This record gives sequence, C-alpha cells and structure tokens, in this order.
Amino acid sequence: MNAKERLQIPPQSMPEQEPHVRIHNQQEVPLGFTPELAVKEAQRCLQCRKAPCIAGCPVSIDIPKFIKMIEDGDFKGALAKIKERNMLPAICGRVCPQEEQCQVQCTLSKSKKAIHLAVSIGKLERFVADWERQQGVMDIPSLPAKTGKHAAVIGSGPAGLTVAGDLILMGHDVTVFEALHKPGGVLTYGIPEFRLPKEIVNYEVEYLKKLGVTFKFDYVIGKIKSIEELLEEFDAVFIGTGAGLPSFLKVPGENLLGVYSANEFLTRANLMKAYDFPASDTPIFAAQTVATIGGGNVAMDSARSAIRLGAKKSYILYRRSEKEMPARIEEIEHAKEEGVEFHLLVNPTRIIGNNKGWVKEIELLKMELGEPDASGRRRPVPIKGSEFIIPVDAVVVAIGNSPNPLIPKETPEIKTQSWGGIIIDEQTGKTSMKGVWAGGDIVLGAATVILAMGHGRIAAQNMHEYMMNGQW
Amino acid sequence: MTQNQILSKEKIAPLVTRFVVTAPDIARKRKAGQFVIIRVNEEGERIPLTIADADAEKGTITLISQSVGKTTYELADLEVGDHLQDIAGPLGSPTHIEKYGMVVAIGGGIGIAPLYPITQAMKKAGNHIIAILGARNKDLVILEKEMTKVSDEIIVTTDDGSYGRKGFVTTALQELIDQKRKMDLVIAIGPAIMMKNVAEVTRPYHISTLASLNTIMVDGTGMCGGCRVTVGDEIKFVCVDGPEFDAHQVEWKEMMLRLDMYKEHECRAMERYRKEKKAQQA
Ligand SMILES: Cc1cc2nc3c(=O)[nH]c(=O)nc-3n(C[C@H](O)[C@H](O)[C@H](O)COP(=O)(O)OP(=O)(O)OC[C@H]3O[C@@H](n4cnc5c(N)ncnc54)[C@H](O)[C@@H]3O)c2cc1C
Ligand SMILES: Cc1cc2nc3c(=O)[nH]c(=O)nc-3n(C[C@H](O)[C@H](O)[C@H](O)COP(=O)(O)OP(=O)(O)OC[C@H]3O[C@@H](n4cnc5c(N)ncnc54)[C@H](O)[C@@H]3O)c2cc1C
Ligand code: SF4
Ligand code: SF4
Ligand code: FES
Repeated sequence: MNAKERLQIPPQSMPEQEPHVRIHNQQEVPLGFTPELAVKEAQRCLQCRKAPCIAGCPVSIDIPKFIKMIEDGDFKGALAKIKERNMLPAICGRVCPQEEQCQVQCTLSKSKKAIHLAVSIGKLERFVADWERQQGVMDIPSLPAKTGKHAAVIGSGPAGLTVAGDLILMGHDVTVFEALHKPGGVLTYGIPEFRLPKEIVNYEVEYLKKLGVTFKFDYVIGKIKSIEELLEEFDAVFIGTGAGLPSFLKVPGENLLGVYSANEFLTRANLMKAYDFPASDTPIFAAQTVATIGGGNVAMDSARSAIRLGAKKSYILYRRSEKEMPARIEEIEHAKEEGVEFHLLVNPTRIIGNNKGWVKEIELLKMELGEPDASGRRRPVPIKGSEFIIPVDAVVVAIGNSPNPLIPKETPEIKTQSWGGIIIDEQTGKTSMKGVWAGGDIVLGAATVILAMGHGRIAAQNMHEYMMNGQW
Repeated sequence: MTQNQILSKEKIAPLVTRFVVTAPDIARKRKAGQFVIIRVNEEGERIPLTIADADAEKGTITLISQSVGKTTYELADLEVGDHLQDIAGPLGSPTHIEKYGMVVAIGGGIGIAPLYPITQAMKKAGNHIIAILGARNKDLVILEKEMTKVSDEIIVTTDDGSYGRKGFVTTALQELIDQKRKMDLVIAIGPAIMMKNVAEVTRPYHISTLASLNTIMVDGTGMCGGCRVTVGDEIKFVCVDGPEFDAHQVEWKEMMLRLDMYKEHECRAMERYRKEKKAQQA
C-alpha cells in the first residue's frame, strides 16, 4: 500500500456504548476495536522515517514498529514491542492524554492541524493488550537466576507496579506495601470502572503475582513501619505513594453535608462500590443536582459518576474556558454526551446550606480571561460584583491533589519541595536518603499514569545497579 | 494462629464485645491513642476502631466494639477462629504522653475503650489520675476494673442512678472543679455531645481539654478528607492530624452534623441486614 492509499483511509472510530444506555451502568464506554478495525487503523500509519510520534511518548515506545506488526496481523509481536517500553499498555492505551503526547506529534494530525486525524495510537495499544487478555493465556516470561536482593516498593499505583515488574524480571525479590485493601492506586480508587475496568488492573497485578511479587495490603508505611525499619530488612526502597492529599476551596460552607472531595466521592463510588449500595456496605449521598468544581480528568470522572449514581443534573463548574481544561478531549466529549452541563468562567465563592446543614446552593463569581500565567494558560480574572447563585444539593471539589505528606513527615531525611513533592535526581530517581528512590505523583504532584511509569522505570534500573554493586 | 484471626471474644456489656485478634506488626508498633481501620468482609465498609490494648510479645491487639449499625453487628457475629477481612493500622497520631501532674480522664459509654490505653500511658508517665466513667445505666459501664488499676481515684456516674452516682460525667467534673481540685489536663472521650459538654465545663477555667473525635472515615490515611473537622480556624483531618484535638477549639456543631450524614443509609443497611439474618435463621 502506498502513502496515497493510506491517506485515503478515514480514521476508524471505536464502537461505544450509547449515552442513554451507559449512564445507567458502570461498564466501559468505548468497546474496543475489532481486529478488522485495528488493522484498518494501522494501515493509516505512514511509517514516517523520523517517527515524530515516538518523541511525543514519555516512554518512547517504538510506535511505527508496533503499528506495522498490527497491520501484518502479528498482534502478539506488537504487544511484545510495546512491552519493551511500557508494562501497562491496556491501561495507558485507555488513559494517556494522547492528544498532548504521541498523537499530537503524528504527521497525519500535524500536517492538517487536526488532532482527530492522528493515527489512534492509544486505541491500537489498547487493542493488542486487550487481545492478549482475551486469549486467556497469560505469557509468563522465564525469570533470571535470583540475585538474593530484596526490594521494598511503597504504593501499588502505576509507579510502584512498574518498579515491581522491572525488578522481579531482573531477578530480585520484591515486596509491595499498599495502604489500602486493594492494589492499583488511583487506577483502582479514583478512575471509575466505566473508564478503566478494574478487571484490567487486577490482570496486571495477577501477572506480577505470578512472577513472584509479594503484595502486603493494609500496610501504611510511616505508621506500621518507618523507612529506616524497611532499610534494615530490604536492600532498596521505592516510594510511589502518589498525590493523595485533596485540596479544598477554602470558601465558607465547605464542610456542609453533601460537600465531598473528589477523592472521597470517587473512593466511595469505585473502591467501596457505593453504586451497589446496599449490596455493598458503603453509602454515598445520591444527590439530584451535583456541582463538580474543576476541569481535569478528576472532575470529569466525578461529574460522570454523579450521573451514574442517579443525579438528574450534573454540572462542571470551571474557572477558565473549555480550551484551558486539562481533561482529555475524549473525557470532555463523553461527559457532554452524557448530559453533563458545563458552566465555564465561574469560580465558587461560597456554599450555602439549609437549616439542617445540607448543601442547598452555591454562589459563583463570573470570570474573564486575562494574560497567560506561568502554566501558559490564560489567567482567570474575577468580574467584580458578578456573583450569582444556583441551587445544588451536592458539591464535589476536584481542584487538585498534592503529594501525600505522610512519609515525608515521618522521614525528615527525605528532602521535599516547598509544595510537598519529594525531590529526586531526575537521571536516577534517587532521593536525598541513601537506599531510597521515589517516583510518580509523590514527586511530580498530580500528573499522569505514563509519567509515573516512566519514573518507575528509571528508578528500577538504578535500584538494580545499586543492589548489584552497592554504590550510591 | 494466622494474621487477623480472632483469638478470643467476650461480651463485656450489652452490645459491647471485646476481641483479641492477631496483628503482630501493629501490636509491636502501636501507641496509646491510635486506631485501626477494619473490614469485616469483602463487601464490607471500612470502619475505625481504637486499639484498646496490645500485647507485643503475643502479637495481638484488643478491639472493643459497640454494635450500633450493620458493620459493628456483623463484627459481633464473628466467632473465635474467624478472620477479619482487613486490619490497617496503627493509624492516627499517638497521644502526647508526658508528666502533666493531675490528669482527669473522662470516658462515656464505649468511649471508655479508647480512654483506657491513654490513661494507662498517662499513669505510667507518673501522672495522678482521676477517672470519671459515665454510662446510661449499670450494665453499660465497661472496663471499670481495668480503669481502676490505672487510676488513683475513680468516679462512676450513671444517667439513671443504677450504679455509682446519679448524673452525667460533667456533674462529677464540675464538683471536682468546685472543690478546687487542681487539674493540669482533662481528656474526654465519648459521644460527641458529652465531649462538647465537658469542653463547656472546663472552658471558663481555662483547663486544657482534649477530645478524641470519632468522625466518619473512609481511608484513614489523609486521602479523602471525609473525616475533616474545623478546629480553630483550620480544617483538620481527624485520621492523620488527630484523633485528639483541643476540645475548646473544635467546631462541635459541624462535627455532630457530619457524623449523621449517612443516618438514612445506615438505617437501610441495618434493616437489610436484619432481614437477611432472619431469613438465614428461618
Ligand atoms: C480521578 C482521577 C483520574 C485520573 N485520570 C487520569 C487519566 O485519564 N490519565 C492519566 O494519565 N492520569 C490520570 N490521573 C492521574 C494518574 O492516575 C496519576 O498520575 C497516577 O496514578 C500516579 O501514579 P502513582 O503510582 O505515582 O500514584 P497513585 O496511583 O496515587 O498510587 C499511590 C499508592 O500508594 C498508596 N500509598 C500512599 N501512601 C502510602 C503509605 N504510606 N504506605 C503504603 N501505601 C501508600 C496509595 O494508597 C496508592 O495506592 C487521574 C487521577 C485521578 C485521581
Ligand atoms: C478514631 C475512631 C475510633 C473509634 N473507636 C471505636 C471503638 O473503639 N469502639 C467502638 O465501638 N467504636 C469506635 N468508633 C466508632 C465506630 O467507628 C463506629 O461506631 C462504626 O463506624 C459504626 O459502623 P456501623 O456500620 O456499625 O454503624 P453505622 O450504620 O455506620 O452507624 C450506626 C449509628 O452509629 C453512628 N455512627 C456512625 N459512625 C460513627 C462514628 N464514627 N462514631 C460514632 N457514631 C457513629 C451513626 O450516626 C448511626 O446512628 C471509633 C471511631 C473513630 C473515628
Ligand atoms: S504510552 Fe501513552 S503516550 Fe506512549 S504511545 Fe502509548 S498512549 Fe501514546
Ligand atoms: S507520526 Fe503518525 S503516521 Fe508517522 S509513524 Fe508515527 S503514528 Fe505513524
Ligand atoms: S478518613 Fe479519609 S482523610 Fe481521614
């Protein structure tokens, strides 16, 4: 097939659950490519010699190579190619912000300045990973001889899982300590089932268990064991404890009944399966009108969860315009299809309660866009005297999370940034404490799955060297 | 003997059960004032319970639970040999223990369970302890023997006068104050309304008063903010910043409202549980 023929193939769209159906269930929204659709989509790739897409991927997957293998029907080979760089393709294929990473660099979208024309790299990645899982045979690679070294990994989010996987494949023993009763970090307690089925996270964890990784749940490091104590038992320690500390608005009324942090709202809904109440024991307040504050993935997940929990109205309240929203384009589109109403350029100033202490209304201030700020996005500026009130009966605050302070607080030897992130050496992942590495959201603040994995990969390599030669 | 296993179970008052369970790492590490979060089964809710006692050598911790809703009823249904699904801990900041001089330890109802390890540690630190234990009636006074052991003086009050002195713990406290007894610290643990009333009694005399808050929790690690309370002008997370706070600074009204947030759900869960249990027995 020549380039011209390839250019004539339109972008293949992935079948999805219809909005009016999916708002009544928790099942995944996009249903996945069939092999035929995947091959067709793969045929669109021009196999560019310079492959700019690779530079857009934080872990530098050889994108054209794996796409070519899909085109040739070698799905197994394609997956192996991806796995050279990315341990969790079924997850990244679903949740990576592709439109800012690999796909924004794709020649097909760049030349036409139309992001939707890019090769659907993420969807193809998802396809091969799903294809393998559906074959029902888990490919367990043979392990090298044991090194006799033992590493501790704190936190079972994408950063921790990556470190565990890499180290076990290098012959080390690995124990993962997780504070909650289930593995996966945000992948389990935060991102909803309809966007990332927990079956996939469990599959990846099962794989690690089969390779011999030990998981210890309900283990809050810093409380049950200090880092110093871990270093007596283990040869190296990785901290991947994420950015779990929710920010609040600091406006009056924030502690009224019906005001949730997104973390609490999503944890109740996902980890504790509140959507199944009373078959599951953990309740959630089934509000009729829910206002979610924020414009990122966390906000979209909350607003869409609210609809599935029975809300008649679900609002997104965001202080900038849609263009500045950090959420993935797909999530914004899905939210709109599901009836989420977007109120842009507004900022909450107060939450008003009824006489029983429950949320009744929220007061908003209109904003306009000013000069770009440090992040390059135009800064929202309040319009004086423009306050107005809308009735709501629950508020979900999704304005960001910062690094979990528990371990740094208990371990003064580990240096942190003023905003709480653990300071590491970028090249190695080392912290200021000998024998201790860190990566993912605990270092970056709330970032992305693929960046957490990238960090994990660098740290694992360096931990391996340290455990083998003892040089810090 | 495996992790999370119930080694003994004893009813110490109507609806109050004491369990000894295996949790060696927690037993070794825990300090007075800390708690665990447990789940009874796979679909279960995460609920906080204070570590009422621990034996580091045997690797066990003691939990005392009052049956008030579905999860605590289910817990009370477990038998020796059964396992709890999850025990995470020790959580929360330990009580700051030092020699203050005179410490008044006030426990109401099930609050006596969390009060006991703190009193024990305060006694060990060389404090003179006056314990005031309060309950609705005689049957509900728990841990009197244990508390007597770690106190220098003990006063028991019951609402109906069926045991000890008739009245509330605050009545006894006010009397001590009126007798000009010196007090360096008051610690109050019990129903929120009791802790609030204790704070009101000591406030005019500027007696340092601590309360241990029992807010609703989910994770217990500072991740969800569900346990938040206003203390002074700040928002605090009870699970990591507490559970103990200056009782004079706590925004009690807000805290008590938040505690009842899921009342309706809790009733539904309980009804369903009762029905299921009936069906099982039939
Ligand atoms: C709702 C939501 C939606 C998101 N959507 C996307 C998306 O679409 N795409 C994307 O790329 N990113 C998304 N993100 C961000 C992404 O999930 C995170 O960047 C990523 O999970 C960070 O990985 P991590 O391994 O560093 O930490 P986490 O995933 O946060 O995992 C940390 C783990 O450590 C555990 N832990 C914490 N403290 C301790 C302790 N003391 N001892 C033991 N264990 C501890 C925690 O319980 C947790 O399981 C989203 C985040 C949220 C909250
Ligand atoms: C740090 C901490 C330590 C605790 N230690 C103990 C302990 O040692 N022993 C013990 O018996 N209980 C203790 N509690 C309270 C215990 O967690 C609750 O009783 C339990 O969560 C109730 O769960 P349930 O499903 O049985 O009842 P639910 O159905 O959840 O509630 C039933 C009733 O109890 C009330 N309630 C709900 N949650 C709480 C709460 N957190 N505190 C008080 N009342 C509540 C509700 O308003 C309702 O009326 C502690 C709480 C905290 C925060
Ligand atoms: S890992 Fe993410 S950024 Fe990299 S190719 Fe896959 S979808 Fe794109
Ligand atoms: S830039 Fe796009 S078309 Fe070119 S190789 Fe990468 S995916 Fe294929
Ligand atoms: S219980 Fe979630 S932050 Fe305290």
